[in-house]
Amino acid sequence: MSAIFRHELSSSFTSLTGYVFGAFLLLFAGIFTMVYNLNYQVANFEYVLGQMAFVFLIIVPILTMRVLAEERRQKTDQLLYSLPLSMTQVVLGKYAAVLCMLALPMAVICLYPILLSAFGSIYFPAAYGAIAGFFLLGAALSAIGVFVSSVTESQAVAAGLCFVVMLVNYFLDSLADFVSSSAFTSFAMLAIVLILLVIILWRMTRNSTVALGIGVVLGVGLCVLYVLRGDELTGLVPELLKNLSLFERFYTFVDGIFDVTAVVYDLSIIGFFLFLSVQSMEKRRWAE
Amino acid sequence: MIEVSHLTKRYGSHTAVSDLSFTIDKGQIYGFLGPNGAGKSTTMNIMTGCLAATSGLVKIDGHDIFEEPRQAKRRLGYLPEQPPVYLDRTPWEYLTFVGRAKGIPDRELPGQIRRVMGETQIADVSSRLIKNLSKGYRQRVGIAQAILGDPETVILDEPTVGLDPKQIIEIRELIQSLGKSHTVVLSSHILSEVQAVCQTVLIISKGKLVACDTPENLERLFAGSASIEITAEATGEQVRRLLSPIGAISQLDIIREENGRCHAQLTGQPEDGEDICRRVFFAFCREKLPLLQLNMVKASLEDIFLELTGGEVSADSSGADGTAEAEEEVEQP
Repeated sequence: MSAIFRHELSSSFTSLTGYVFGAFLLLFAGIFTMVYNLNYQVANFEYVLGQMAFVFLIIVPILTMRVLAEERRQKTDQLLYSLPLSMTQVVLGKYAAVLCMLALPMAVICLYPILLSAFGSIYFPAAYGAIAGFFLLGAALSAIGVFVSSVTESQAVAAGLCFVVMLVNYFLDSLADFVSSSAFTSFAMLAIVLILLVIILWRMTRNSTVALGIGVVLGVGLCVLYVLRGDELTGLVPELLKNLSLFERFYTFVDGIFDVTAVVYDLSIIGFFLFLSVQSMEKRRWAE
Repeated sequence: MIEVSHLTKRYGSHTAVSDLSFTIDKGQIYGFLGPNGAGKSTTMNIMTGCLAATSGLVKIDGHDIFEEPRQAKRRLGYLPEQPPVYLDRTPWEYLTFVGRAKGIPDRELPGQIRRVMGETQIADVSSRLIKNLSKGYRQRVGIAQAILGDPETVILDEPTVGLDPKQIIEIRELIQSLGKSHTVVLSSHILSEVQAVCQTVLIISKGKLVACDTPENLERLFAGSASIEITAEATGEQVRRLLSPIGAISQLDIIREENGRCHAQLTGQPEDGEDICRRVFFAFCREKLPLLQLNMVKASLEDIFLELTGGEVSADSSGADGTAEAEEEVEQP
C-alpha cells in the first residue's frame, strides 16, 4: 500500500495536478479571507470556508480524475493486477495520496486563523472545527471522485461525471424544495428504489426467485405502510434529499457546531465509495 | 511450476479459451504459438491473475492464483502485450515503485534494480522519462519490471511485437539469457522466433491446445515425407535416367528446365532422406554432370503449425484469416 501511496503522490507532483489543485484551493481561500475577514472585517474564519465550499466542485475532479482512469488508459492496470497487491491496497493507497494532496493546502489554511488573530479576536474552536469539517467534506467528495474515475478510462469523462455528481449534491438542498412532499410521492419514490433494488439483486445473483421474493415481501410491506400509516410518509422525499447533501452537513460546522453525525456520515460516504471503487476494479477482471 | 487445468474463458457467447490444460516445468523456455485471436493473451492474463477464468484452475507452485494471489503472484513476473509503464516516470522511479510493490526491502532495492537494469541493458537510460524512450527500450523496461525481485517464472506476452529486426534479435538474446536462470513463458505468432528461442512449443488454436512438444520432436512427428530439391546442369531426360535406379525415390518431379539447368524435386520416405542424397550425389558424379544444388527440405515448424491450426480452417472462416496473417508474418524477421 505504501508503494502505491508514494508512487501516486510523487506522480501528482511530477505532473501539474498537485500544484494546480493546491494553488486553486489556496487562491480561493486567499480571496475569500481577504474579502470577508480583511475587507468586511468579520472575525469568523468559518464563514470564509462556508462561502468557498463550492470550489470543491472544480478542484475535486482535477484531483481525482486521473487516479484510476489513467491506469486503465495506459494499460498499467495490468501491472497492478499482476503485482502481489490486493485491489483494496491499491485503492486505499491511491486514496491516501489524494487525502495527502488535500491535506497539504489545508495545512496552510490552518495558519490563517492564527494570522487573523493578530488583528482581532478569533474563536479558534469554531474556526478549526470548520476547517476539520471542510477537510472531511473534501475527503468525502474525493472518495466519490475516485469511484467515478474507476468506472471510465477517460480522464475527461471522469472529470465531467464527477463534476455533475457533485453539482447535483451541491444543489440537492435547493432541489429538495421543489419536490412534492405528499405521501404518494414518497410511496412512488420508494417503489422505484425497490424496483431498482430488485433489478440489482437479480443482476448480482442471477437468481430471479430470490430477487422477486425479496421484492414482493418488501413491496407488500410498503403498500401496507402506505395504506395504514400514510401520514408517516409525508415529506419523506425532501427530507431524505436534504439529509443526503454533503454540503448541507458541512454548513452546520460553519454555524459553529461540531456535528458528530456529519462526521459519521462523511466517513460512511468515504467507506462506501472506496468499497465500490474496489469492487469496480475487481469487476474488470471478470469481464464477459 | 505452473499447472493449468481445464481452463475455460467465455466472453458472452464467444469462447476465447476452452478446456485448456498443461503443465510448465522449471527451467525451460516455453513458447505459446497460435494465430491471432487464438487465446494466447487471454490464457496469459488468466495465468497472471489479470483476468478471471470462467472455470478451471491455475496453480503456481501449488498456490492457486485466485485463492492465494499474493503467494502465487510473488512467484511470477509478467509483461503484458503493451508494456505497462508510466510514461511520466523514469525507468529508475518506475522500477523503484514496482520493487516496493513486490515487497523488496528498501535497502536491497537499489542493488536489485541495478542488476535488472544491467541484464536488460537500460542502465544508460535510467534517468530519462519513459515517454521519451523508443519502443524497444520501453519493452526492456517492461521486461526489467517482470524480472525484478527474481520471480521463478517470467511470462512475456508477445515480447518482440512492434520492434525493428535489430531490437528483435536483442530481445531474443535477452530472453535466452533469462532462460538460464528463470522459467520463461512467451507467446508469439512468429514461428521462427519460437523455433529460435523455445525449448518447448505449445501450439494453441481456437482456445485449444493442439500440440505440446520440443520443436525437433514436432518436426519429426509431422514429417510426412522427405523432400529433396536438386538443381543440375543436365536435361530433364538425363536426370530421369540417372535417378530412376534409386529405389528409395517414390516420386520425381521435374519442376523446370532452363539454360541447360534442370530443377527437380524428389520425394521419399523420411528415414531414407540422407541415403537418397548420397546416392543422387554419386549418380551425378559418375556421369560428370555438375550438381549445383542438393537440398533436403525438412517439414518446418511452419508446416506443422499450418497443418495443426489449419485443420479447423474450413469449418470457420475467421480462423482462416488468423492463419493467413500468421503465415505472412513468418516472413517478417
